Amino acid sequence: MSTATLQSAAILPGRGGFAGALSDAFWRNPKLLLFVLLTPPLLWLGVIYLGSLFALLVQSFFSIDEFSGLVNREFTLKTYGELLRPSNLDIIVRTVTMAGLVTIASAIIAFPIAYFAARYAKGRWKAAFYLGVMLPLWSSYLVKVYAWKLILAKEGILTWVFEKLHLTFLIDGWLALPVVGGNSLSVSPTGTFLVFVYVWLPFMILPVQAALERVPGNLLEASADLGASPRQTFTNVLLPLALPGVIAGSIFTFSLTLGDYIIPQIIGTSHLFIGMAVYAHQGTAGNIPLAAAFTVVPVVIMGIYLWLAKRAGAFNAL
Amino acid sequence: MRSDRQSRTPMGLKIAAGLGLAFLHLPLLLIFLYAFTTEDKSYQFPPPGLTLKWFAVTWNRPDVWEALGLSVRVATISTAVALTLGTLCAAAVSQTRFFGRETISLLVILPIALPGIITGISLRSAFNLAEIPFSFWTIVLGHATFCVVVVYNNAVARFRRMSGSLIEASMDLGADGFQTFRHVILPNIGTALLAGGMLAFALSFDEVIVTTFTAGQQATLPIWMLEELVRPRQRPVTNVVAMVVVLVTFLPILAAYYLTRDGDQISGQGK
Repeated sequence: MSTATLQSAAILPGRGGFAGALSDAFWRNPKLLLFVLLTPPLLWLGVIYLGSLFALLVQSFFSIDEFSGLVNREFTLKTYGELLRPSNLDIIVRTVTMAGLVTIASAIIAFPIAYFAARYAKGRWKAAFYLGVMLPLWSSYLVKVYAWKLILAKEGILTWVFEKLHLTFLIDGWLALPVVGGNSLSVSPTGTFLVFVYVWLPFMILPVQAALERVPGNLLEASADLGASPRQTFTNVLLPLALPGVIAGSIFTFSLTLGDYIIPQIIGTSHLFIGMAVYAHQGTAGNIPLAAAFTVVPVVIMGIYLWLAKRAGAFNAL
Repeated sequence: MRSDRQSRTPMGLKIAAGLGLAFLHLPLLLIFLYAFTTEDKSYQFPPPGLTLKWFAVTWNRPDVWEALGLSVRVATISTAVALTLGTLCAAAVSQTRFFGRETISLLVILPIALPGIITGISLRSAFNLAEIPFSFWTIVLGHATFCVVVVYNNAVARFRRMSGSLIEASMDLGADGFQTFRHVILPNIGTALLAGGMLAFALSFDEVIVTTFTAGQQATLPIWMLEELVRPRQRPVTNVVAMVVVLVTFLPILAAYYLTRDGDQISGQGK
């Protein structure tokens, strides 16, 4: 009682009106404010999103009755067993191989751009480089894929350029190769690979650039002063320091390639990728359990990948 | 002395960086060229002739307008939801400390970190389980979920740079919580929210993977384009739409860049 009087004498009287009272309540009790702030986003993400993910996970333990085509709601590992069939294993191996190759190629192409932007570009050039990466990153995914459909078409610009240079035999020779070739570039694994690299490249450039910007310039000079050749400086000083950035970028390129089903569908062969298999099984086939089990594959692979990346310190470069 | 050597850029690096940037931009430039081609049966290069005809044709196509309208409406509402949820989340995470803060950041990033197909199929199977029919709102539900992260990232970065003493000063001077929000917090985070909102709009406007799972019969502009890509019927119209989409997404990105570029000059920065 007495403390209350003291308090009310020491501080301003409570504010009038509903808004004032509410404001006072928030001030006195920060937990209440926190609760009010967090409830809507947590309801949305926690209930709708995590709920859906959980529902998907549960369904991967169901199985489909092969005669009636109906989903049998009993917990079983049978659907996961189906993943190990040679045809399905093939899909997984193909997708992971593609994701790995795309990641390596993006890292190689991204490094010079990121290095130039981080170390040599100044002022307006720096802004130009930044926008030069941001614009392709944010421009429409489908438009980018469409552009490559134009480029890789048999009557398209690439064929034309090689024809003018009298190098058509190079394309033909490449397409005649067994694994990477096909009838034309737009229906070959090479085409799929090129489009993947193009579409995900900006996701590699940005983290690598961020990591390179944190490498102090005098370290490189010290290395040179101590007699290292540029190549030695690169492999012994620059690359180890930039590696977390490369790994951070590879998380994006790897994960995005694992889950994509549109690029291989539009530019590529009829061989399935994980995403296409998921789409096919949940759509026409109506085999939701197998589709769900397939989606667990990239989640598990990414989980392992993220765990390794975390150990390599890649998250500090994000 | 120190920076003498830095100013000389190795030639090889220049060429590699230039080629890399060209690789990123030439395909987009090609889109602009193809919008004017007279060829309507194939993707022939070089174009046999240039024409403006296809712009008029596209302008008079009701299906393109319908898809564009749906995309704009979905993007607007998703952005509004993402702005609300993202700001609330950012405020909670940056202004207070509580158990599980890290988990919340992870939760917000998850929808964009996991491949889109997982978000898509899990929402679809959840709609199926709950027997919710596909509609405009199911598309919005999916889009808003992954748009939250861009607003959140922008807002959190700004909140972090905003000094907490500003809010205390405002409260000491007699403003209540809502007045402080209206007159102190909002002007400080305003441009960050605008930038986040624009990026969220661009993200939603462009989204196709999640949308294919949550849209049912309706076609947003990306879905329309996807159908044209899988089964090309009107190549010239697709060319024009592709060019317009590139232009439309460039504007919010440029705007967002200029809005957040000067973000360092924020009041209360002294500390």
